[in-house]
Amino acid sequence: MCVGVPAKVVKKMEYSAVVDVMGSQTTVGTIFVPEVEIGNYVIVHAGQAMSIVDETYARQSVEEWRRLVDARNAETVE
Amino acid sequence: MLEMLKQSNNPEICKPLVEAVIAKSKEFQKKFGRKPAFMEVCGSHTMSLARTGVKQCLKEDVNLISGPGCPVCVTDQRSIDAMVALAEGENRIICTFGDMMRVPGSNKTLLDAKIAGKDIRVLYSPVDTVKVAEENPDKEVIFLGVGFETTIPILTLMVGEAEKRGIKNFSIWMTTKLVEPVLRYLLDAGEVNLDGFLLPGHVSIVLGENSYKYLEDEYNISGVITGFETAELLSGIYKLIDIALTGRAAIENNHPAVVSKTGNRVIHKWIDQYLTECDEAWRGIGVIPKSGLDLKPEYDQFNAKKRFTVEIEEPRKTKCRCGEVIRGLISPSECQLFGKACHPMNPIGPCMVSAEGSCAAFYQYMRESY
Amino acid sequence: MEKYISLAHGDGGELSNRLIKDVFIEAFGDGNAALFDAASLTISTHRIAVTTDSFVIKPVFFPGGSIGKLAIAGTVNDLIVSGAKPAFLTCGFVIEEGFPISDLKRIVTDMAYEAKKTGVTIVAGDTKVVERGSADGVYINTTGIGTYEYNSGCSLEFEEGDAIIVSGTIGDHGIAVLTARGELGISVPIDSDCASLDKMLAGVLTSTDGVRIMRDPTRGGLATTLVEIAEDFQLTMKINELDLPVKEEVHGVCDLLGFDPMYLANEGKAIIVVANRDKDKVIDILREFPEGRDAVVIGSIIGKGKGQLLLETPLGSKRLLTRLSGTMFPRIC
Repeated sequence: MCVGVPAKVVKKMEYSAVVDVMGSQTTVGTIFVPEVEIGNYVIVHAGQAMSIVDETYARQSVEEWRRLVDARNAETVE
Repeated sequence: MLEMLKQSNNPEICKPLVEAVIAKSKEFQKKFGRKPAFMEVCGSHTMSLARTGVKQCLKEDVNLISGPGCPVCVTDQRSIDAMVALAEGENRIICTFGDMMRVPGSNKTLLDAKIAGKDIRVLYSPVDTVKVAEENPDKEVIFLGVGFETTIPILTLMVGEAEKRGIKNFSIWMTTKLVEPVLRYLLDAGEVNLDGFLLPGHVSIVLGENSYKYLEDEYNISGVITGFETAELLSGIYKLIDIALTGRAAIENNHPAVVSKTGNRVIHKWIDQYLTECDEAWRGIGVIPKSGLDLKPEYDQFNAKKRFTVEIEEPRKTKCRCGEVIRGLISPSECQLFGKACHPMNPIGPCMVSAEGSCAAFYQYMRESY
Repeated sequence: MEKYISLAHGDGGELSNRLIKDVFIEAFGDGNAALFDAASLTISTHRIAVTTDSFVIKPVFFPGGSIGKLAIAGTVNDLIVSGAKPAFLTCGFVIEEGFPISDLKRIVTDMAYEAKKTGVTIVAGDTKVVERGSADGVYINTTGIGTYEYNSGCSLEFEEGDAIIVSGTIGDHGIAVLTARGELGISVPIDSDCASLDKMLAGVLTSTDGVRIMRDPTRGGLATTLVEIAEDFQLTMKINELDLPVKEEVHGVCDLLGFDPMYLANEGKAIIVVANRDKDKVIDILREFPEGRDAVVIGSIIGKGKGQLLLETPLGSKRLLTRLSGTMFPRIC
């Protein structure tokens, strides 16, 4: 499904991996992300891992939101 | 990582983000004398924008228009009828995504056919179809290949697997759609005035940020690749307004954690190996040349359209306006059937019954009272 | 003793007799009741509550319970949420030919245990056997009788401002059973919340007269049950998405498969609509019980005269909630 949740790889097999999504575990195909490692987060769509989440960028996004929020809160105070 | 996910839906972050977007929009309104208008072209965006309340919160200040985002909804009625007719054949097992089951064919739905005794199975993971074929060697097992670029590569995996295992009774009914051709169509047709596109978060995993350059270069229109959580949607819309204020077009990747510049090259290889461009018919639009992907001739044995013929009549005409909804011409509530003759328990068209349909999104998530 | 149920077990003859003695009376006790075609009961009050329910769950054994436990708890709960103390139960079995008798014994033991725990007596029963391929193993129907012993029950006198409480996390049973079916390829460390709520809800009923109504949100989930209350009594109710108690693991599965916890079945939870002044007291009482440890106020009645249920999103916008419509199929792109 398009709204893929980030799933954490906990076990790696040849063409698939066991991933954990907030405590639930399922097996997904990893043919599209052959470089995936245990501990990576992947985006899953219809039983296949499509992309490895870059956690640095993820963190940057959160910081970006916070900056926007702080700027907004500063504006409202004025 | 989970902490970050929590932040993306944290009201302490999201509520001020809403205010920031509204403030930015007021800047735009002051400068251009109208509200900014953006189109999302991904069914999951349509759903998320509605379910999270983002669309509601911004309704006075940003015009968010749903476009052709749902692969089931953009499939034209003939194709739907053909798939239902396919399911009626003897000695077959049809495997499909859940969405397709209740889409109204001219005579019946796949669910009707299933209830009447046809072997039709909903699979979450399409590659399981190959296993079904292996376990049922005396039946023809056909997967209904509906989807955009996120799903298309998975279809190629199935063919690869079937090849590897020497499966002879497996095929895919290819009825795929591509994003670029329909965006070009919409822009060429000029039916809707837009300041930019909210670009699909997961199709972009496949295509990559660079693949949208044509929007900027050829059409002078912006696009921001966005995820699906509340904060991602809001920051994506914020960026779209920001870019629009500069007066220049730009493509920006607001989902860099997941979408790269070039897209997923492994996926590109799979697509190049198995698939080739083909013409596809779109609901409410007609045939758009090279707007889908079909299996290459060397894989004819896995191509259900080459192996099976179906007889269908002219699709039954209804008052359904899905074709206009997916082009962003009308909002679901403007259709006279909406909520009256057409609702999730009795859908007249796919938009009301697909899990990604604009009408379904509106009906489930956008109504404030009866 | 045979190992598997056969059609002969249902024909009323020797095998039927043995089955009743060795399995049912063995577990449920009271051999005397089996002497008559009908049970003779003495009931303390003039008004009684009666409810019936059939249990067709598949698989019959799931994490957190079995169809047996469910058959007792489900009917006990229907009685207690109606304000009645559960007293007597009947149970009818439709068993598939070939069903292992050892499994039947397990189920019946679960029922006996649950009945004893809740203080209900199983007073009458019936057994039928059907051909292989029917009944998914076993179907059970239980009819329950309860008495109105509590000083106050459910007044149905709703007022604006009344609090809407749910006694714990939602969606657990639905997810536990779906994943136990094994069709989804997902393993989840979630047990069904299947539980008898008689003592917990009796505690609520005896401590306050402000309870307007109670319902157990089984099939259709929390949302469907609240919509029904709203429409039955012409109330505008609003619940807050942020306040809904959902286990992380349930969120995870729902995100993965496209389900909504508000529409998943619960078998050990109660919705309580209570006067605003009593909401904290009710929460305290619920939280004293393990089944109610996650009890929380999720919303309130915001108007009368129009029957609708609204959800307030984390962003503050509101939207209409409807009943569960159609089966929830996993989504696609």
